[in-house]
Amino acid sequence: MHNKTIAELSAALASGEVSSVALTEHFLARIKRLDPELNSFVTVTAEQALADAAAADAARAEGSAGPLTGVPFAHKDIFCTEGVKTACGSKMLDNFIAPYDAAVVSKMKAAGMVMLGKTNMDEFAMGSSNETSFYGPVKNPWDKERVPGGSSGGSAAAVAARLAPMATGTDTGGSIRQPASLCGITGLKPTYGRVSRYGMIAFASSLDQAGPMARSAEDCALMLQLMAGFDERDSTSLENEVPDYSKGLNNSLEGLRIGLPKEYFGEGLDPEVAKVIETAIEEYKKMGATVKEISLPNTHLAVPAYYIVAPAECSSNLSRMDGVRFGHRCDDPKNLEDLYSRSRGEGFGEEVKRRILVGAYALSAGYYDAYYIKAQQIRHLISDDFKAAFTEVDLIMGPTTPSTAFNVGEKSKDPISMYLSDIYTISANLAGLPGLSLPAGFAQNMPVGLQVIGNYFDEARLLNVAHRFQQETTWHQQTPAGIE
Amino acid sequence: MQWETVIGLEIHAQLATKTKIFSGAATAYGAEPNTQACAVDLGLPGVLPVLNKETVRMAVKFGVAIGAQLDSRSVFARKNYFYPDLPKGYQISQMDLPIVGVGELQIEMEDGESKTIGITRAHLEEDAGKSLHDDFHGQSGIDLNRAGTPLLEIVSEPDLRSAKEAVVYAKKIHSLVRYLEICDGNMQEGSFRCDANVSVRPVGQKEYGTRAEVKNVNSFRFLERAINFEVERQIDLIESGGTVAQETRLYDANKNETRSMRSKEEANDYRYFPDPDLLPVVIEASFIEAVRADLPELPDEKKARFIEEFSLSAYDAGVLTASRELAAYYEEVNAVCGEPKLAVNWVMGDLSGLLNKEGKEIGESPVSAQRLGGMLQRIVDKTISGKIAKEVFEAIWNGEGSADEIIAKKGLKQITDSGAIEGIIDEVIANNPNQLAQYRDGKEKLMGFFVGQVMKASKGKANPGQVNQLLKSKLKG
Repeated sequence: MHNKTIAELSAALASGEVSSVALTEHFLARIKRLDPELNSFVTVTAEQALADAAAADAARAEGSAGPLTGVPFAHKDIFCTEGVKTACGSKMLDNFIAPYDAAVVSKMKAAGMVMLGKTNMDEFAMGSSNETSFYGPVKNPWDKERVPGGSSGGSAAAVAARLAPMATGTDTGGSIRQPASLCGITGLKPTYGRVSRYGMIAFASSLDQAGPMARSAEDCALMLQLMAGFDERDSTSLENEVPDYSKGLNNSLEGLRIGLPKEYFGEGLDPEVAKVIETAIEEYKKMGATVKEISLPNTHLAVPAYYIVAPAECSSNLSRMDGVRFGHRCDDPKNLEDLYSRSRGEGFGEEVKRRILVGAYALSAGYYDAYYIKAQQIRHLISDDFKAAFTEVDLIMGPTTPSTAFNVGEKSKDPISMYLSDIYTISANLAGLPGLSLPAGFAQNMPVGLQVIGNYFDEARLLNVAHRFQQETTWHQQTPAGIE
Repeated sequence: MQWETVIGLEIHAQLATKTKIFSGAATAYGAEPNTQACAVDLGLPGVLPVLNKETVRMAVKFGVAIGAQLDSRSVFARKNYFYPDLPKGYQISQMDLPIVGVGELQIEMEDGESKTIGITRAHLEEDAGKSLHDDFHGQSGIDLNRAGTPLLEIVSEPDLRSAKEAVVYAKKIHSLVRYLEICDGNMQEGSFRCDANVSVRPVGQKEYGTRAEVKNVNSFRFLERAINFEVERQIDLIESGGTVAQETRLYDANKNETRSMRSKEEANDYRYFPDPDLLPVVIEASFIEAVRADLPELPDEKKARFIEEFSLSAYDAGVLTASRELAAYYEEVNAVCGEPKLAVNWVMGDLSGLLNKEGKEIGESPVSAQRLGGMLQRIVDKTISGKIAKEVFEAIWNGEGSADEIIAKKGLKQITDSGAIEGIIDEVIANNPNQLAQYRDGKEKLMGFFVGQVMKASKGKANPGQVNQLLKSKLKG
């Protein structure tokens, strides 16, 4: 049952082959058995899940169920869930029980889906390996010595280990695509503004975007359908109509123009990963696509610009974590200054502190123009690169990450090398473009992700392209050893 | 040495919206602590601001009224600093692109001199909450009801040259925002707050002196006092060989002094940057035109019309039009009685006097404009004299009814029957033979005595004109 896709589970629930309660029990049992080692969940809401499942079964019995009613899933612990701890991977919010639901959470609830729990993540989504979590690192189901990627590492590991058929994620610099790639699943970061950020704890507001992480493009289409749409509570959400993402999944790829940015295939790319990507591209050619080398000349500026913009925004976004109204408060503060410095000093981990300091520095008087303004200018250059590319090609392909999953502890002492693991994913965030990662093969026995970047609001095409590949290949159906 | 004072004012006008600038919580004053603070105002993780469009309309209204440059695009920025009553750790304000650009305002001093004061900008921002230090036994309480209340910060050029000018300017802005109905102007409740940037320089010097920002001034009277104190402090300091420090100073009304709050070195680096949660506000020309078309008659226009239409002096017209309510009251009185000058005298004289004495606003006047107008009508048609009117007015004030009711009830109707007046005169003359003899000997000053006696005998009801005329001829004999 746990190997079924959401589309299949939906059919099984509709036909009465399985009840939501049975399905939920099944996944909860798997979590209980497998997750102590993986650590992909920080909170399992078993009781509530079973109650929701029973309600879903009742709704189905009386004929008021939708296609997703009763389907279990998990939320990244960055989404506020009313009455359920929402810690965002941080000691700072270890005592925070959200008093309201995020927009995405409300939508899943309204569809009758059953939340199994909240997944582990890098602290405040800052990290690429899930090692910055206050709740400990998540293990990659393919090799428990290795990281699952981050920051949505818990979601990626949970889906890869079949602990949930899908999980939500968020992507600020690659936090959906990179862990999807490292864990061998399909993950989509939509266009900035496509999914409401309301109730999603902000890391870098101008880059953050929520999206689905599942085992197939088809499932991602079903989930995005639910998540996407304008929300008046998020001023940056966009009013563009939400298309039917499943409708064009099988569209022919004949004549599709694929651009391969030469900057994504240069130095730093693991040759075995490159080989997997090249093979995948060959598959697309077989399906009728044409391939062209393109250039995104400002790619080398993406990581430096990102590490100004994202810390600048996070330094401000995290100011509300001050120990005054919610979250961690130090014992016996002597005065206001002491309350702030100890509450924050104790509540935040190293990586978060590093980024707050970098961001505050970049925004301070005398440095603002040199750093923040310059980084914003680079964003424009990067957007312009893509704009130019999309006059020649329909979409862009390349590796999601330069290498397969690295070992736990391998990069955690070296922030720069950690930051570079997002080198191919960051540009799409800076430009606000949609990007998808899908399993394309294996290198060193670890999954390799193919990244597809599309033009604004071209999610349907990304899903179509990924789905067709998944019709021709079985990489997305591979299962890590020991979790069958 | 001769010193020149240089002042610029920063005025925070709380916009009179029903809900907050970035949330749907109510803005009403005086509610129980934290009952008007929603998740957005509390700065909970994950919440986002959504701009209240009404604040934009109000800001544009102000901009149009001062003839300001209104750029099509304005941007909200975060002003970052930590304080317990600032829930997000930043205030959403505007920095580089304020909603209202350069404009100006004419002010008139008491001596009739008029001056143009430049307005640098006006921008939208959210207010912070309040820290409560009493009643918490060594801890502080936080009330976030005020957090997120919309403010329009109006920044003047350093064009003001005295505390008096600053007060006239502040009053003019106060009058304007109330005319525009964008701010209730209540200074006690903090709806209208002034900070003054004060510096001095030797007369003739071009460069400005170092300025101190004086905060915590919650009345016009205190504004004048605080500036005067600060000017003297700075002059004394410089003349005794010291230098003025750039700092923020707090005015203490009880001690009538300013005290250093924080120096420039201690000042926060606010790390302003555009708020990524809010899109730039784009104002279309048609929106500005619609606001302009909807603008009420403004104080200056109204003043000009009063001078023209009612032949009032510039001073009278200025006082009456300073408040939209007072101007409306006057116009109504005038419409009923039809005597503009008489109406001015009563509105600015007896009525204003009594209101001031009892600390009441015109809107709280126990005498309605209709009733005052009705009474003045009785003066015009000679039913009562101006003197009797004072008695009638007091009775109206005390809620005894309309002028006509009071005149009837108290029998105050003026005596205009010549025969009746002659009768009274004859009696008075008969009772005062000595005075009569003296008068006829040439002591004509005694005319006043006789008038007084006649009026007294008639209980003030005899028509004074007739009394004078008839008395004169009778005294001649």
